[in-house]
Amino acid sequence: MRRASLADIGLPVELIEPHAPVVLFDKVCLAFDDKVILRNVTFDVRAGHTKIFLGASGAGKSTILKLMLGLLKPDSGTIWVLGHRVDEMNEVELMGVRHHMGMVFQEGALFDSFSVGENVGYKLYEETRQPLQEVRERVEEVLGFVGLGEHIDKMPSDLSGGQRRRVAIARAMAAKPTLLLYDEPTTGLDPMTSLTVDAEIIKLRDIESVTSVLVTHQLRDAFYIATHQARRDGGDIQIAQADSTKIAEADFVMIRDGEVSFEGSADELRSSPDPYLQAFLS
Amino acid sequence: MSGAGIVSKAVEGLKSGLLEVQEYVRLCLAALRGAVSRPFYAHDLVEQLEVIGLGSLTVVLLTGFFTGAVLALQSGMTLDQFGARPFVGRLISASMIKELGPVLTALMLAGRVGSGIAAELGSMVVTDQVSALRALGTDPVRKLVVPRVLAGFIMCPILTVVANGVGLLGGWIIAVSQLRVASSVYWQSVVDGLFLEDVWMGILKPFFLGFIIVSIGCHVGLRTRGGTQGVGRATTSAVVAASVTVLVVDFFVTRLLISILF
Repeated sequence: MRRASLADIGLPVELIEPHAPVVLFDKVCLAFDDKVILRNVTFDVRAGHTKIFLGASGAGKSTILKLMLGLLKPDSGTIWVLGHRVDEMNEVELMGVRHHMGMVFQEGALFDSFSVGENVGYKLYEETRQPLQEVRERVEEVLGFVGLGEHIDKMPSDLSGGQRRRVAIARAMAAKPTLLLYDEPTTGLDPMTSLTVDAEIIKLRDIESVTSVLVTHQLRDAFYIATHQARRDGGDIQIAQADSTKIAEADFVMIRDGEVSFEGSADELRSSPDPYLQAFLS
Repeated sequence: MSGAGIVSKAVEGLKSGLLEVQEYVRLCLAALRGAVSRPFYAHDLVEQLEVIGLGSLTVVLLTGFFTGAVLALQSGMTLDQFGARPFVGRLISASMIKELGPVLTALMLAGRVGSGIAAELGSMVVTDQVSALRALGTDPVRKLVVPRVLAGFIMCPILTVVANGVGLLGGWIIAVSQLRVASSVYWQSVVDGLFLEDVWMGILKPFFLGFIIVSIGCHVGLRTRGGTQGVGRATTSAVVAASVTVLVVDFFVTRLLISILF
C-alpha cells in the first residue's frame, strides 16, 4: 500500500537484493506554470515487479515516466532510480543511469531514417564498443524474440502500427535493461495486436527478469499483463494464467488530477468502493 | 487594449526574446563543448558534410553564375557611360568576392539548409525521437547539433569559393559575348581589382555565416512545440531568423575585418 516517506524503505538500493525497490518517488510535485501536473506523488517499484499506472488522459501518468528517466525535473520531492537520486543529477550523470533503463514511447518514436535493425541496435552501435558482429547477433535475437526477425532491413514506415510498437520494445530491450518503462504501448492498436504487444511485455518481465513500469488507460491490457505470466515450455514460451505469487507482484496505481488516488493489487482495484474507480473500471 | 495591457504584452515579449537568446547561447556553448570532447559522432559529420555541402552545390552554382552574369550586364551599361567597359572584371571580382558571394551563398544556405534542419529536428521533437535519443543514453546536442554545426562551418566557406568562381565565370561569359571585352583584359581586370585583404575577407566571413545559419536552424528545430503545425512554424522562423541574422552579422563582421585587415 501507499508509503508516507522513504524512511520506511531505506537507502541506498542494493540492486542484487531480490525485490529491492528499484524506483522510489517521495512526495514528488511538478507544475508547468500555473498548471499542477503532480502533487505529492509517493510510490515504489520493486525489482522484478510490475507497476501499472492508470488514469484519464492528462492525469500526469506519462510525466511520471519522464521523471524516472530524468527527462523532466520535479519542482520538489525526491526520485531514486536504480540506487541513484535522478532528480539531482545532471544530463551527463543521467546517461549512466539510463544505460540500465529502456523506454517504449507512445507511437514507438522509432528513428525514421534508420532501418528496423539500426533502430533496434542503436544503443549498442552508438553507445558501446561491442563488435559489430555481436551487435548484429543481439539485434537478430531480440527481433526474433518479438517475432519480427524477417523485417530487420525494412524501414519503420514499411511496418504496421503493431509491428512498430514491437520494434520499439525490441529497441528498448536490446541493451538488456534492468528497468523497462512503457508509455501507452497498446493505445491505438486493435485488440488482437494489443494482445501480441501485451505478450511481449509479459515475456520480457518473466523470461528476461525485467522490472516493468506501465502507463496505460487500456484496462483490458493492464489486467491481462497483471494476471498472466510467461513460462518456458521446451523451446517455446507459453503465456498462461499467473499464479497467486506472480499476481501479487503486479501493483496498480490510479493517478487522478496529479495525485495517487489508489495503490494496490488487481483484486483490491476491482473491489474498491471508490465511485471514481468504479466509474473508471465500468 | 489599455496602456497597461500594452506594457504587459511588451514586457512578456521582451522576456520571451531574452529567453530565446539565452537558450540559443546555451546551445552554442554546448555545441562548442561537444565539438572538442568525446563522444564525437564522426560518421554523422561526414553525412552532414555531404547533405549540406554536396546537397547545396546546385543552388549555389546557379546563384553564383547568374549573379556574376547579371552584375556584368548591369555594370557594363554603367561603365559604358565613362568609357570604362574594360574594367568590368574589376567590379565583378570586388563585388562577388568581398560581399555578394558570401552573403548570397549564406542566404541560399539559410533557405535550403536552415529550413531543412529546423524541419528535421522539429519533426524529431514532436514525435518523441529526441526524447528517445536521450532515453537511449545519447546527448541530442552531440548527436544532432554538433555534426550539423561543424558541417555548416566547414562547407559554407567552400561553397562561397565555388559561388565566387562561377560568378566570375558568368561575368566572363557576358563580358566576352555581350560586352565584347577581350578575355585577357577581363581576367587581368579581375586580378587587378583584388587585394589579398579582400580575399581574406571573402573567406573569413562565411565561417561566421555558416555557423549562424546552422546553429539557428538547430535551436529553432529543438524548441519546436505543437505537432506538425509547430514544425511548419519552426521552419518559417528558422529561415526568417537566419536570413536576417546573416545580414546583420555580415555588417558587423565586415566592420570588424575592415578594422583588422585594412
